[in-house]
Amino acid sequence: MDWFPYFLQQLINGLTLGSIYGLIAIGYTMVYGIIGMVNFAHGDVYMIGAFQAMIVFLLCGTLGISWVPLQLLLMLVVSMVLTAAYGWTVERIAYRPLRGAPRLAPLITAIGMSIFLQNYVQLVQGPRPKPIESIISGGVSLMTRSDGSFTVQLGWMQIIIIIATVVLMAGFTLLITRTSLGRAQRACEQDMKMASLLGVNVDRTISMTFVMGAGLAAIAGTMVTLYYGNNDFYMGFLAGIKAFTAAVLGGIGSLPGAMLGGVLLGVIEALWSAYFSAEYKDVAAFGVLVLVLIFRPTGLLGRPEVEKV
Amino acid sequence: MTDMTLSAGPKAPSPLVEAAKDAVFAAILVFLLSWLMIGYQTQVLQGQPMSYVTRYSDVLWAVFLIPAGRFLMTLTRFDRTLPAVIGGALGFIYLFIPGVLGVLEVPVYGEFFVTVDPLQPDILPFEQPMVNVIFGIGAFFVLAAGLRARRKKTVGAQTLEVREAAEARQARISKNLSSILGPLLIAVALIIPFTPWGDRKLVDTLILVMTYVMLGWGLNIVVGLAGLLDLGYVAFYAVGAYTYAKLSIDLGLDFWASLPIAGAIAATFGVALGFPVLRLRGDYLAIVTLGFGEIIRIILINWQIFTGGPNGLGNIAKIDFFGIPFERNPKEGELAFHTLFGLDFSPVHRIYFLYYVIIALALVTNFVTIRLRRMPIGRAWEALREDETACRALGINPTNTKLTAFALGAMFAGFAGSFFATRQGFVSPESFTFIESAVILAIVVLGGMGSQVGVALAAILLIGLPEVLRELSLYRMLVFGGVMVLIMLLRPKGLLSFRVPTIQLHGKKALPPTTAGAVK
Repeated sequence: MDWFPYFLQQLINGLTLGSIYGLIAIGYTMVYGIIGMVNFAHGDVYMIGAFQAMIVFLLCGTLGISWVPLQLLLMLVVSMVLTAAYGWTVERIAYRPLRGAPRLAPLITAIGMSIFLQNYVQLVQGPRPKPIESIISGGVSLMTRSDGSFTVQLGWMQIIIIIATVVLMAGFTLLITRTSLGRAQRACEQDMKMASLLGVNVDRTISMTFVMGAGLAAIAGTMVTLYYGNNDFYMGFLAGIKAFTAAVLGGIGSLPGAMLGGVLLGVIEALWSAYFSAEYKDVAAFGVLVLVLIFRPTGLLGRPEVEKV
Repeated sequence: MTDMTLSAGPKAPSPLVEAAKDAVFAAILVFLLSWLMIGYQTQVLQGQPMSYVTRYSDVLWAVFLIPAGRFLMTLTRFDRTLPAVIGGALGFIYLFIPGVLGVLEVPVYGEFFVTVDPLQPDILPFEQPMVNVIFGIGAFFVLAAGLRARRKKTVGAQTLEVREAAEARQARISKNLSSILGPLLIAVALIIPFTPWGDRKLVDTLILVMTYVMLGWGLNIVVGLAGLLDLGYVAFYAVGAYTYAKLSIDLGLDFWASLPIAGAIAATFGVALGFPVLRLRGDYLAIVTLGFGEIIRIILINWQIFTGGPNGLGNIAKIDFFGIPFERNPKEGELAFHTLFGLDFSPVHRIYFLYYVIIALALVTNFVTIRLRRMPIGRAWEALREDETACRALGINPTNTKLTAFALGAMFAGFAGSFFATRQGFVSPESFTFIESAVILAIVVLGGMGSQVGVALAAILLIGLPEVLRELSLYRMLVFGGVMVLIMLLRPKGLLSFRVPTIQLHGKKALPPTTAGAVK
């Protein structure tokens, strides 16, 4: 069993990374479920969330708040609220006026918005990466290889990320299945015109979807800021593409699917980097996506689309 | 702004109250957006932990100016247009003109609008002239909204028939415009190097623009005609570029010999990608092509021995005049371009030649596309775009049809890639990022899908304009993204949009304009 400790460590790392992908992927999958568009700016909204969390952390230092749980709470809450405002604004400016336009139109505004947000952050916060010292370090040792050459570490930060993701997922599922907002969202997803005839405020529901997606992306951004602690204006691009890949992998439009896809992608990436080559980990991620789509075109948990003629 | 809400209550809302409500909402929103991101600039100084500087005045100005504009805009909805016209005009004059002076670094700006004394407040809201320009353009939109509402008041409300007639007129204008503009643009493009403005800088920019026109026309086959959304088009461009680079460096082939090989290899890649993804539709196809583009780029970065890794490949042979080099001092007994034509040597000759080569390549792309549209395969593409199931029922083979579209589109990208390599003399993975694919797709969509002239116009706008506006430096890509969003909002169907099927059942009888289902 000499291989097991190393494998376990990679699994833990993959789970952590996958949780973050999953949180971002939810934003993609919900938006896609309702209005059927790929929100390319979502990755950049996540990046803005990370930046805002970082600034809150700096402000905590100035204000003399040094109790770590309070810092964490402030970072999460402030970043969520402010990033949600970005999500709302992006939808209001770039997507709402184009409802009913040709399908490619919102895709182009999404790409334009993505370019705009990246350069906006580059302008107002500078192009250089921002290293930040970690406030939560250490962890527990789970097991040691029999010859003592390798110890499996589970960091506190990894525990927080995984637990937070599980809690958020549970809360979110409740929100979708039990509240009136969730019902309105599901109604819009099935048939937008009918939902609006029955008194659902479609515009508001779609806005709320963007707000929630951005809030979750902000949480992911906060976690990443604390976990890796190196933010730059370009970080949203690859994370966004990976998260969208995760959403497609799990079956787009399905919340558990997004989470499953995210975790799978994270684990595949971690294992591939550990056992094959770190350089080609992205190739592995996209390769898996292509394979899944070829053999199961609707993703792992997606419902097959009914084709209308 | 444009959404007209029906007043459901018994009492009509007071315009001022409504506008004030909107303004307060906008103020809160702008504060939320700008408080941390603009209010605090983080900075990392050598050897120190991260710190920040505050920029509260920018936040305050934004929180004042944007809601003020929103207030005026809301008033126009209630037919109170005068405040918007006056306010917009004043704001435009106050912000835009000094801002432009500042961007162009006219000395007047330094004398009048910049205060040296820190106690004395600045005359302009923002320190950066470009930010003032951007807010000035915002003021212009307020002004435009006011003027449009005034005109609408005199014309009266539009009925559905009027609007449909207007739309039909628009489409007709677009069509006539493009039939005039097309030959005109080609003529201008051909003679521009001989005009007084045709200096090296302009021709260089035009070469870049034409490369994108060609890429746009190539992608138009895949997206516009066959309706397959391809987000990884740049991969084929990269394949073409690297193919020529390898052929030229390792085998010593020249550009003209490599061109068909590069096209063929790119087309092979197109088929190789097309095969596994044929069963996918719409956005799934988009994400797989995007993944494919990224895979190619990652391989280019990491396959050090073959592709040179992140540093790329240099010393690629420059273009020659069908075997005759552009050299100042040709080898003994050999011709050079300038000796052949009895000219004095000038490095500009090669630039001009490159320019005509890319025009020729682009026109070939255009010609092939237009001809193919009228052939069975082109008809099959368009039919496939409109309804795949019906196509199958009619006996069209979707597999072959899609594969030819992919292969042809990829081939033209391969040609463009070889051209890029010979022009630069250097290729590296940096030139083939996702953003390139996005820009090419944006050119196709912004131009109005399927419109060849529209694609050319969009390329001039999206590629040429940022090149001309080099002074904006940092703001260049910001403006680029903003313009992309704006054009799409103002003209959701593209610059020159008329989607007429190439063939119709009953002669010239007008079909209802199809807007949905452009890409399945």
